[in-house]
Amino acid sequence: MTTRTIEIWVGVFIAAGLAALFMLAMKVSNLSTYQGETGYELVARFEDISGLKERSPVTVAGVRIGRVKQIVFDDQTLEAKVVMEIEPRHNKLPKDTSASIYTSGLLGEKYIGLDPGGDMESLKQGDEIQLTQDSLVLEKLVGQFVANFINNKSDKKVENK
Amino acid sequence: MSGSCKMELATGRRMRGIVIITSLGHNAAIFFAAVTIMNESSLIQIRDLHFAHKQRVVFDGVDIDIQRGGITGIMGPSGTGKTTLLRLIGGQLKPTRGSILVDDENVPRLPRAALYRLRQRMGMLFQNGALLTDMNVYDNIAYPLREHTRLSETLIRTLVLMKLEAVGLRGARDLMPSELSGGMGRRVALARAIALDPMMVMYDEPFTGQDPISKGVLVRLIRSLNDALGLTSIIVSHDIEETCAIADYIYLLSGGKVVAHGTAQALGRSESAWAQQFLHGEADGPVPFHYPANTFTDDVMQSGNVS
Amino acid sequence: MLGALQLLGQKGLDFFQRLGRGNILLLHIVEGLPSLLPRLPLLIRQTYMVGVLSLLIIVVSGLFVGMVLGLQGYNTLVDFGAAESLGTMVALSLVRELGPVVTALLFAGRAGSALTAEIGLMKATEQLSAMEMMAVDPVRRVLAPRFLAGVISMPLLAAIFSAIGVLGGWFVGVGLLGVDDGAYWMQMQDHVDVYDDIMNGVIKSLVFGVVVTWIAVFEGYDAVPTSEGVSRATTRTVVHAALAVLGLDFILTALMFGD
Repeated sequence: MTTRTIEIWVGVFIAAGLAALFMLAMKVSNLSTYQGETGYELVARFEDISGLKERSPVTVAGVRIGRVKQIVFDDQTLEAKVVMEIEPRHNKLPKDTSASIYTSGLLGEKYIGLDPGGDMESLKQGDEIQLTQDSLVLEKLVGQFVANFINNKSDKKVENK
Repeated sequence: MSGSCKMELATGRRMRGIVIITSLGHNAAIFFAAVTIMNESSLIQIRDLHFAHKQRVVFDGVDIDIQRGGITGIMGPSGTGKTTLLRLIGGQLKPTRGSILVDDENVPRLPRAALYRLRQRMGMLFQNGALLTDMNVYDNIAYPLREHTRLSETLIRTLVLMKLEAVGLRGARDLMPSELSGGMGRRVALARAIALDPMMVMYDEPFTGQDPISKGVLVRLIRSLNDALGLTSIIVSHDIEETCAIADYIYLLSGGKVVAHGTAQALGRSESAWAQQFLHGEADGPVPFHYPANTFTDDVMQSGNVS
Repeated sequence: MLGALQLLGQKGLDFFQRLGRGNILLLHIVEGLPSLLPRLPLLIRQTYMVGVLSLLIIVVSGLFVGMVLGLQGYNTLVDFGAAESLGTMVALSLVRELGPVVTALLFAGRAGSALTAEIGLMKATEQLSAMEMMAVDPVRRVLAPRFLAGVISMPLLAAIFSAIGVLGGWFVGVGLLGVDDGAYWMQMQDHVDVYDDIMNGVIKSLVFGVVVTWIAVFEGYDAVPTSEGVSRATTRTVVHAALAVLGLDFILTALMFGD
């Protein structure tokens, strides 16, 4: 084995390794969606966001147009303040767009779905979405259902009220 | 003429010895100065050497002087630490006590950099050659040159071919170590050991496992290289015939001590029963044939009862 | 009882002694790394021995692991009606765990044992000793290039393993079982994060590379210089490296992905 062949093989090896890393970064992970993404930010407040995480998708009509950038607790309003980053080309969202937290599938992860309204003006950097609907928490839902069920059955007074 | 030269050299060296020693304290200075005067022409002086390995005492107070320009044989039965002695001289092992002066430098005390500088002036031939197996004969000999000098490749080539010519293997330069016979491997290793033109070469069992022809070749090579290059040679061996044939002075080691020393003829006339047994290869003598045990009859009778 | 305690103590002392020697050696190796710069050919040669020669086993294993993941994942996910998440599952398993870990285990078996055997044999045939006597530091000339080559090769091999595995999963999932091609890649891209997943995988494999090569090089250098000693050292390399990789994997995973 001459030095030249060895050097060529090592070159091939390193190139293959770097190519694999590149493929993992671009094709497998979300690096390609990071690029050039200096989108504009929108803010929405929810009473309950449980299950939503930073980097969760933001969709309109099922198409992802951005991601959750930051989630903080607002001490003033005692609500969760969610900052979303929307891709710059989707800049025609009407002012009265509403935001809801949905679950993909029964056990899937949470995402924010935006419902466009009919306003002529569009949302801009830093604007707040006024209409929000909270995350549906399974335990609460079941709790409500059970409570209603019991109330229905055993206590008619409550029902009459 | 040559006598007066030697005198000058001697005084010079004595001066140096004293200068080094004064820092060690008065008594030591006198002792060492005396030693320096006594052994004017020795390259290596080993004094009061103690060495133990895992509680096994290998050397228990050994004094050895190696003459400049001569061939000194160190002989003894297997397991007396002959190879260990070479490693101590090369600084690969540290003695528990005592001093090893090589060209007036105390090897065990040398800092790493100085030790490495000293080693460049030492050549060592290992028992099985110890050639680097992933390069051919040529590169093996060029290796120390490339590591320690900034010579051009053409100059290195000339030097390597000279060394190979000296051991008669110029034609084998493209072979890999695995393609060499044992004797050839040792000759290549010898060429490598003298690649940097050292002041001394240590031979670790150079004759072991060699056929008579290779032995003869090696004996001739060691003698001729020693005389032609003005080397100092140390041969560690238990091959009596070959060692006696070329060594100017011989030390016999056993049980961690020097049992006898002198020229080959002097040792032949030695009074020591042990030396006589070793030199003549007798089965029984001071070194008993039997490993220590209780008497044979006791053992036989007992084994019947036990099992 | 006392005998057992003594044995335990002896083993413990032995362990810490070896650990100490290993650490000193590692320090010595790291010290010698700068001296490799003017000796690039040494490093390239070792990268060939350690990296290129491990390539085949890595590619083949990666392909099969990916295909198995595709098959198993599909069968599990299809029950939940989530077959589209196959890409996510395959990619996350590979990038976070299987890529670095399986590569490290294979690397220990292929390259690690070879390193130990080579260095151990060099010691047994007195080549290391001969280098010392030629005033050449074997740690710098023999161990350091091998160590660095291992550390460089490991993340590259792990990346190749993961990439090939994702393709293997794609081949089974999309090619054979009919998962939608777009869904496979899109779901993957949506859920695999460059920093959280890919970078952490690379960091893991880098750590494994250091540990496996360190163990291999140390075992070879510390081997008893006989043929039996070398064969024992080789076995120890594989066992210790595998244990170290799996143990460290748990710790690293807890540090990286534990919320």
